[in-house]
Amino acid sequence: MTKILKRVYLGLILLFLYVPIIVLIVQSFNAGKSRAKWEGFSFTWYGQLFNDPSIMNALWITVSIAVLAALFSAVLGTLAAIGIHAMRRRPQAVMLTLNNIPMTMPDIVTGISLMLLFIFTKVERGYVTMLLAHITFDVPYVILSVMPKLQQMNKNTYEAALDLGATPVYALFHVILPEVMPGVITGAMLAFTLSLDDFTISYFTTSPLVQNLSTLIYSQARRGIKPTMNALSALMFLVLLALLLVVNRRTDSEKA
Amino acid sequence: MKKWISLVAVLVLMMNVLPLNGAFAAQEEVNVYNWEDYMNPEVFKIFEQETGIHVNEMFFTTNEEMMISLRVTPGAYDLVFPSDYCVERMISEGLITEINFDSVPNFSNIEPWMINPDYDPENKYSVPFMWGTVGILYDTTKVDDPVDSWGILWNEKYADEIIMLDSIRDTMGVTLKYLGYSMNTRDRLELKAASDKLIEQKPLVKAYYVDETKDEMVAGNGALALMWSGDALYAMEKNENLAYAVPKEGSNVWVDPMVIPATAKNKENAEKLINFLCRPDIAQMNCEYIWYSSPNTAAIELMGEDYTENPTINPTQDIIDRCEFFHDIPDQYLTVYNLFWGRVKDAK
Amino acid sequence: MTDFRVPAWGYWIMGVGLAAFIVMLVMYIRRNRGFKRPLFASPYVLWLVVFTVIPCLLVAYFSFTDYQGNFTLDNFKDFWDSNYTARKAMDPEEMKMYEEMGLTLEDLGLERGTININTLVFSLWMAFLCTVICLLLGYPAAHIMANRDFKLGPTLVVLFIVPMWMNFLLRTVAMMTLLEDNGVINSLLEAVGIGRQKLLNNVAAVQVGMVYNFLPFMVFPIYNVLNKMDYKLSEAAMDLGCDKWHTFYKVTLPLSLPGVVSGITMVFMPAVTTFYISRLLGGGKVQLFGDLIEAKFLSTSLREWNVGSALSLIMMILILISLGLLRKVDPEGEGGGMV
Repeated sequence: MTKILKRVYLGLILLFLYVPIIVLIVQSFNAGKSRAKWEGFSFTWYGQLFNDPSIMNALWITVSIAVLAALFSAVLGTLAAIGIHAMRRRPQAVMLTLNNIPMTMPDIVTGISLMLLFIFTKVERGYVTMLLAHITFDVPYVILSVMPKLQQMNKNTYEAALDLGATPVYALFHVILPEVMPGVITGAMLAFTLSLDDFTISYFTTSPLVQNLSTLIYSQARRGIKPTMNALSALMFLVLLALLLVVNRRTDSEKA
Repeated sequence: MKKWISLVAVLVLMMNVLPLNGAFAAQEEVNVYNWEDYMNPEVFKIFEQETGIHVNEMFFTTNEEMMISLRVTPGAYDLVFPSDYCVERMISEGLITEINFDSVPNFSNIEPWMINPDYDPENKYSVPFMWGTVGILYDTTKVDDPVDSWGILWNEKYADEIIMLDSIRDTMGVTLKYLGYSMNTRDRLELKAASDKLIEQKPLVKAYYVDETKDEMVAGNGALALMWSGDALYAMEKNENLAYAVPKEGSNVWVDPMVIPATAKNKENAEKLINFLCRPDIAQMNCEYIWYSSPNTAAIELMGEDYTENPTINPTQDIIDRCEFFHDIPDQYLTVYNLFWGRVKDAK
Repeated sequence: MTDFRVPAWGYWIMGVGLAAFIVMLVMYIRRNRGFKRPLFASPYVLWLVVFTVIPCLLVAYFSFTDYQGNFTLDNFKDFWDSNYTARKAMDPEEMKMYEEMGLTLEDLGLERGTININTLVFSLWMAFLCTVICLLLGYPAAHIMANRDFKLGPTLVVLFIVPMWMNFLLRTVAMMTLLEDNGVINSLLEAVGIGRQKLLNNVAAVQVGMVYNFLPFMVFPIYNVLNKMDYKLSEAAMDLGCDKWHTFYKVTLPLSLPGVVSGITMVFMPAVTTFYISRLLGGGKVQLFGDLIEAKFLSTSLREWNVGSALSLIMMILILISLGLLRKVDPEGEGGGMV
């Protein structure tokens, strides 16, 4: 009895989370433009999606920024984590606190503070400023996922490599990096998803010329999302769902 | 490891080159900053075909948003569509530049009464694009009282069916008119009265919208809405139960001119586009698409009775006489407007 | 035209700062006779200073100056009394005239304004409510899924994460379609015979939207902690004669506290500062503190930016205080957040 109750409970919560998404997907097949009326099944919006320059452009900007931000922050963050890990206690504590600031600051304040920086220094806002902002909020997460791997590592390996005549850069690539790679990849993936989903910080650090999906949706939301946007999100959702379920299956079977 | 690095390098190069390509292409372009849905999309396609100049479109929702964006992103825009009263301020702040009227021969098509307006007395900076009125869009299946006074927006019968504009000058303005004051008042007590009136109305209001209103009304999600005439006509076209009226207390009549920012990077292309938009056939295409009143005599002749016999798009002189233009309000009084509008937004 | 420019001293500070940074680097390398590992952090140190520390200082600088760059506390006075600046800007002649007419400050709408404070309190209340609802809904869900006998658990957790990967603005818009007057729920209600209700454009709709957006952030950390917990502990408690509820209360709940704390942090913080949810689901009628800040930065008058900065600073400090309090409960940060 309690077992059934538990399942019903979980089902209800998942229903709450998924109903809006299902509605969105159903609407992407609606032949008409109106949100309220069902005017027959059609693939029209999927066809138009690839011819909608504003959406395709925004998609490209979103994905390219996410990839670039993930790459840059992975490099910057891994180096920083290695450095911070080797610091003495006092400077290490200072660095970790500083590193926490971007994570704990509300998005709206981060966005506004960066906007003030760019306006104050007369840097034209656009693609590059948005990328810089994304790297800024991504790096702390990379550091957070690399640090534990460093702590697990044997402290003396690096010193041993140096004693045996390796240059610091050589030791970095051949001793430290292979050990912490899983952490770097986790961090980069986290950074990728965070910047894929960001709205608030992008909103304040870009110009209307360069729109990512989030800011485009926000400007569209006021007068009705275009049905092509529904089609795009339905596609993205299905891809993500499939990807995650496959990954999950694989890790499950590895465990077993 | 080497593989990794080269892979990363290739990705970086790929990612870096492609998106910037769009922005820095050698192609001629013009950056237009406009109200959402305020241009027939076909028009820019024709312009591109005829001139080879690519049009980038960007949108704003309120004049306030547009002004701030113009200041903090200089150089981003070449052609802007502000409201009349903003032009005064833009001229005085040096935000916009004089138009070279030699490149705009089609200016001769503009109706004489629109030339040398109050906001640009010597007509150096602006060319009118559209004009219209502010009134009430209502659903005849839901409203059985005559819609001839702003007072109907305070009628409790229509609680939760009234949509107001989330735009400070418009909503405060019609309330001032309803109370018998000027829409351009600087009198603190009159503004206080208007604000109190709006707070009294708030429980009846369904939502404060700008761009959403017309679709909501088409979908039957409201009985009465404060609306601009063109958006009203657009909605009436989609839903035959809708009607539009300008109340007897008077309202706002406005012009949306085209102006060129002082920081424009493609001024000549912007002038070409202005001239193109003043061409009678193009002005007609726009007018028939967005349904605002046209300032273009030649285009009106092309449209004939469809235009002249429609009271919403071509209001009678009697209606225009009751209406008032907005004027720019200096910062010190704007603070007072902001203060009282803030009270309305804050009221529970 | 108001013009933003780095003041001359700004360039000096930047130049001197950069020079100091390089000098320190060189000195460090010389003193340690070579390249030591902490130096790997130096690019990020520079990055942090330019993109985190300086922007924060800029917010502070704007909070304590007026639009001409003079030092002032007016922005904070404006927070306490939203009509402060307006009252100060009033022409004394005009004021005298009104006084002679026998009008009080209240008649002029210039009494102490409570808009900023009220909105802040209201936002805190909404965020608090949202956190409580998420906790009440999310804890049992996480608990059920973390049960070892529940084979579907790991898959279901993925289903909780997936919506987070979808653009949250789109999800909020989808919520709008559900709650509309002619939306899905209303059509159902009408079919059942209850009749249409007003579901959108009110405080409840905003609250539903917040819970909907942030619920996964509560479920995930709690699940993480419960999943890693040694199940033998609760089994031992059962063997020793504890009943189910006692075991939960005495063993499971205290051990899952770190997850709860990090869930609370991850829900409460974005909930306090959101502005798009109230905009989309509140129909311009519900105003949160985030909306207020955004509006200040979108106003025509650049004077409002200074007040907006002060409001941001206040929000930042509030968040830091509440984080500090939460840290006390979970000093190790065991909840682990997203990772």
